[in-house]
Amino acid sequence: MRLPCPICGDRDRREFYYMGDAVALHRPAPDAGEDAWDDYLHLRDNPCGRTRDLWMHEAGCSAWIVVERDTATHEVFGATLARKVKR
Amino acid sequence: MVKLVAQTPCHGLLPISLGDISLTEVTPQAIFSYAPFAGQTRGASEALKTHHGVAMPRPGRVATKEDVTAMWFGQDQVLVLGARADAGLATFGAVTDQSDAWAIVELHGAATLDILARLTPVDVAAMRTNDTARSLIQHMSASLTRLAEDRFQLVVMRSMARTLVHDLTMAATGLAARQKIIQE
Repeated sequence: MRLPCPICGDRDRREFYYMGDAVALHRPAPDAGEDAWDDYLHLRDNPCGRTRDLWMHEAGCSAWIVVERDTATHEVFGATLARKVKR
Repeated sequence: MVKLVAQTPCHGLLPISLGDISLTEVTPQAIFSYAPFAGQTRGASEALKTHHGVAMPRPGRVATKEDVTAMWFGQDQVLVLGARADAGLATFGAVTDQSDAWAIVELHGAATLDILARLTPVDVAAMRTNDTARSLIQHMSASLTRLAEDRFQLVVMRSMARTLVHDLTMAATGLAARQKIIQE
């Protein structure tokens, strides 16, 4: 599998560290309540199809990126720098 | 009093010649990293140009002026080789002296691309002269720069110098053995 790093271009999967669902970018407010925090920390969907995941280009430029891909077809649609998604 | 003797990262390991392949160590006078603060990339580039003669290279590129080389080294980071950082740089970015922290090796010879193809996932054949990439050499985090058609500069952490020389030697030996079998 090759991932399209927005800085480095297409790179081998070995260069990346996988973090999981990009929901980690949307941290609830400190006073959002136990349910919101429980959901944020522990509950994840397991979708068959399009997903948005966080990856880190660990052996490359060190950027965190959000990769959109399909877990059923393995197609990779694209990637965005996480710091741009966050803003 | 104990008298300390400075040794280069590849002391006792290099140079090596294997067939037409040569491995030599490069020891810049000094190395520092320069990471512009958020939103200060332009100022940092101008400061680098003013004090060291080279502007910040774009991602994946290397800029050289006389003895100073500015090499892209990751997101918002360059490694400057061959100079001590001028104090004027600190206004626009974080400066870290990294002299002696890196083992720098030049791989030269006709089989250079074939050797690297055995060791790194990055497409070295697609790189142009003065292209640089952060990637892996076997399991080591590394920086690879194409200096010429048949010449690459490889940078790994100093503690990995022996591993780098071992990996390159093994790849070169294995490749030569395979070519010998094909010829016979």
